[in-house]
Amino acid sequence: MSSQVPAGLRYAKSHEWVRLEGDVATIGITDHAQHELTDVVFVELPAVGRQVAAGEACAVVESVKTASDIYSPISGEVVAVNSAVADNPALVNTAPYADGFFFKLKVANPAEVEALLSPEAYAAQIGA
Amino acid sequence: MEATSALKRTPLLAAHQRLGGKLIEFGGWEMPVQYSSIVDEHHCVRRAAGVFDICHMGEALVTGPGAEAFLNETLTNDVRKLAVGGGQYSQMCNERGGTVDDLYVYRLAPAEYLLIINASRIEVDVAWLQDRLCASAHRSGVIFENASGRLGAIAIQGPRVADFVNQLFAGPSLAGTAVAAATDLKKNQIGAWNWNGQRIWVARTGYTGEDGYEVVAPAEQIEDIWNRTLAVGHVGCIQPCGLGARDTLRTEVCYPLYGHELDENTSPIEAGLGFFVALDKGEFVGRAVLVGQKTNGTRKNSVAFRMTDKSAPPRPGYAIFANGAKAGDVVSGTQSPSLNVGIGLGYVPPEFAAPGTRIEIEIRGRRFAAEVVKKPIYRKP
Repeated sequence: MSSQVPAGLRYAKSHEWVRLEGDVATIGITDHAQHELTDVVFVELPAVGRQVAAGEACAVVESVKTASDIYSPISGEVVAVNSAVADNPALVNTAPYADGFFFKLKVANPAEVEALLSPEAYAAQIGA
Repeated sequence: MEATSALKRTPLLAAHQRLGGKLIEFGGWEMPVQYSSIVDEHHCVRRAAGVFDICHMGEALVTGPGAEAFLNETLTNDVRKLAVGGGQYSQMCNERGGTVDDLYVYRLAPAEYLLIINASRIEVDVAWLQDRLCASAHRSGVIFENASGRLGAIAIQGPRVADFVNQLFAGPSLAGTAVAAATDLKKNQIGAWNWNGQRIWVARTGYTGEDGYEVVAPAEQIEDIWNRTLAVGHVGCIQPCGLGARDTLRTEVCYPLYGHELDENTSPIEAGLGFFVALDKGEFVGRAVLVGQKTNGTRKNSVAFRMTDKSAPPRPGYAIFANGAKAGDVVSGTQSPSLNVGIGLGYVPPEFAAPGTRIEIEIRGRRFAAEVVKKPIYRKP
């Protein structure tokens, strides 16, 4: 099973990805994570305006079998959530790096993004 | 998976790895939870055919002139109703009416019975049965064997299984129920066939709510039977299926899973399994308590429910609320792949057990509306 690890993103060991555009970061879970979960049936998202710390559990993704916490890889304020994924959780499986994203943060500390794993380092972690 | 070296392995471990099965720990066994996906495998069994490794289940043989009487004083159902080649679902209770295990009993020959017991209960059941046997007036006429090590089993389930099962187990049965072909077996009947010169048992039963068969065979034949099932079952679009789909399938049709719906403090009456308790057959372990529950009612009743609010799937251990107060606990819960809604089983006091009762399920600190429904939750269209 070869999971996609796109270039241009940063990754958390806990299988979230971060795409930085200006001072806004889009966050989702990786292709590897959705493969492991399979059949995502429910996504719970944080409230817009919530301040989250790096490593804080702030969303939940549920497959048929289990509920898993999603940790924000970086600190910041939630400025948008993906209501499409709440309505259609299968987007996490079909488009984990695009329409299946979870939420967007106004980044508090850009250095936290730099400290995340590079695509190469994450690929090595998952053995891809 | 560092701890896997301590886990028990079925004869199919290599087959699961070859088929891309994702292995997990279940009841001390290393078992496939899924191959493609739980939802995919679930639909496959509802619409076509699936094959499951159930080698982790235990087998016990009870043989001899005292076998029938011994089983009848130990189990809840009436074993005397079984013709040769017949099978029945039953429970085994303790003196308090709590459930030691739930099991299938097959009468293979006039004085030979096969018990199919839960993987997680093999040691407990064997000790329990041996203790009961020591205390039984029939002990000199009974030979008890825990055959779990030398026998394995697979389940072949789904509406299209009947299309190919006669190719798999060809010709008439050789023992048990006398039939010209495996498709002539009726529900719960068992027959014997030959496999590479060894006797195997094929029963028309299952744990999915679909037509199907469970095959009990010497462990060394299991991989060959599994491989031939996948090859011959190709005409029925068969897929290997894991424990994940096995759980969603059985939850939709409200079949109990020991450790969830049943335990040593829960009786078959409370679990809604009174149909399998033959209170009129004479004395058996737990009878007095079960008669009392049947007459005077129970403290708790098993209920099936489905979510009426959009919510995360209910899970075992979540609290059930009724009239604003905690009323009980969820014991099984999942997203139903067939109905695409959260479903579950739980226990509540009898006053909240009627179908149509509005309840709430607490999920991560918030309560979501649900409704008690008649069992089974899913019925074949």
